Amino acid sequence: MIGWIDTILQGVLLGGLYALFALGQSLIFGVMRLTNVAHGDFIVLAAFGAFALASQAGVGPFGAFAILLPLAVAFGYALQRLVINDTLGKDPLPSLVVTFGLSIIIQNVLQEIFSADPRSIPAGELTTASVQLAGGLAVGTLPLAIFVIALAAAAALQWLFARTALGRVFRATSDDRETAELMGLDARGVYAAATALAFALIALAGLLQGMRTTVAPADGPALLIYAFEAVVIGGLGSFWGTFAGSVILGVTQGIGFRLDPGWGIWLGHVVFLAVLLVRPAGLFPRMR
Amino acid sequence: MSTALLSTHRLDACYGDFQALFGIDFEVGEGEVVAVIGANGAGKSTLLKTVSGLLKAPREAVRFAGEPIGGLRPGELARRGIAMVPEGRRLFPSLSVEENLLMGAQSGRRGPWHLDALWRLFPMLRDKRAQPATSLSGGQQQMVAIGRALMANPRLLMCDEISLGLAPIVVKEIYDALPSIVAGGLTLVVVEQDVGLARLVSHRVYCLQEGRVTLRGASAEVTRDDISRAYFGARAEAAR
Repeated sequence: MIGWIDTILQGVLLGGLYALFALGQSLIFGVMRLTNVAHGDFIVLAAFGAFALASQAGVGPFGAFAILLPLAVAFGYALQRLVINDTLGKDPLPSLVVTFGLSIIIQNVLQEIFSADPRSIPAGELTTASVQLAGGLAVGTLPLAIFVIALAAAAALQWLFARTALGRVFRATSDDRETAELMGLDARGVYAAATALAFALIALAGLLQGMRTTVAPADGPALLIYAFEAVVIGGLGSFWGTFAGSVILGVTQGIGFRLDPGWGIWLGHVVFLAVLLVRPAGLFPRMR
Repeated sequence: MSTALLSTHRLDACYGDFQALFGIDFEVGEGEVVAVIGANGAGKSTLLKTVSGLLKAPREAVRFAGEPIGGLRPGELARRGIAMVPEGRRLFPSLSVEENLLMGAQSGRRGPWHLDALWRLFPMLRDKRAQPATSLSGGQQQMVAIGRALMANPRLLMCDEISLGLAPIVVKEIYDALPSIVAGGLTLVVVEQDVGLARLVSHRVYCLQEGRVTLRGASAEVTRDDISRAYFGARAEAAR
């Protein structure tokens, strides 16, 4: 019994990490209806950036993040302005092809520079620290911190979208780009702001993924799948839905791994397909 | 009229290979209310879309406040003072009534219109300010669409078929608000299917047929015969 509680608890915490993958994807899809195929690769790229900074510059993981964050935001903004904006339109194919191309480029460049070896961002004592719970259960401090950070990120995004002028602009542009432009908005600039914000999440996700486990140059597509599954399970258009979808995916994978070490990822896919079949709009579709 | 706020000069407009406007000369003076009438597909909405920047046009073919503006981006035109109530209202479904109105203020122009002024113009909207805009009745949605355009504090307001699909009593209610809207000197272009209503509210009227101007004149002076000829044919005779 205690073993099952432990499994579910660890799955929930894993879901927190997945939420960080998925929130950025959800944000970009929500604002510009773009499926960024390179999303996972950008997370891996950020992880290697943090790894290089932390190990070469000797600034530690949090110093590395302080350097990485503004770079990632600027990169996201420029990427949207210079590349992705021109691929958006009624036809989803150009943006899919271009982000797919970016995915391949990132994987190969990383492999060229860092080799195919999995790397980990040294996190010192955080790697092994844990918190004792009742009944002999223990959770890792780092996974717990990641879960709390993801929860805070989901809350912050939900607040930003529901309560601020920027969120209003994001929703309006998502609803009807042409009319938003009639109101005096520059949709390309709005998209660039959204992508810049998504890249802040990507930097965060990359750092924490690299600290919690290992990253290798070819990991991106798997991370993309988890993000994608979490977004679809949760339902499009709500960040809480995305968070819940991530936790469901994490718990499902945890249960799968417990049943059979080869079943974890597979069971996640099964639940994703089941949700798609039974509730194509997701379990928690947009509130408004 | 040399002091035209808005004018088009031999304006053509196309949707891909389909040409919708042919050499339109159109003029609106500052403070004037001009109605554009014509059958479905005559090019009325196309004319508004071209002026508001949603359709491309040669730079010199459209002039506003003395400057050539053809083909400028809609956002730039909004900042210069052109606002539109689009056909079908086009409210933002994920925004509340108040948020929709605030989107109108996005162009950053100052003037008499702000939330409080709008609540006075359309008091029933105030009680529904927090509701999703698309949950309102058709007439109230149209008020939101008009209010959203006013929030931009435009010099020129263009309304595309605001009576479409609304009950006559609701249409009357909306048009009753027009005098207080234009009181501050706002210039207004209304596209309207209801010819009687169009003549009633406007100083001058243009009739389009198949992308050409077939009639122009003072609303009080054009006769029913003029209009039915301009509407249904005999374009060469009426246009001159």
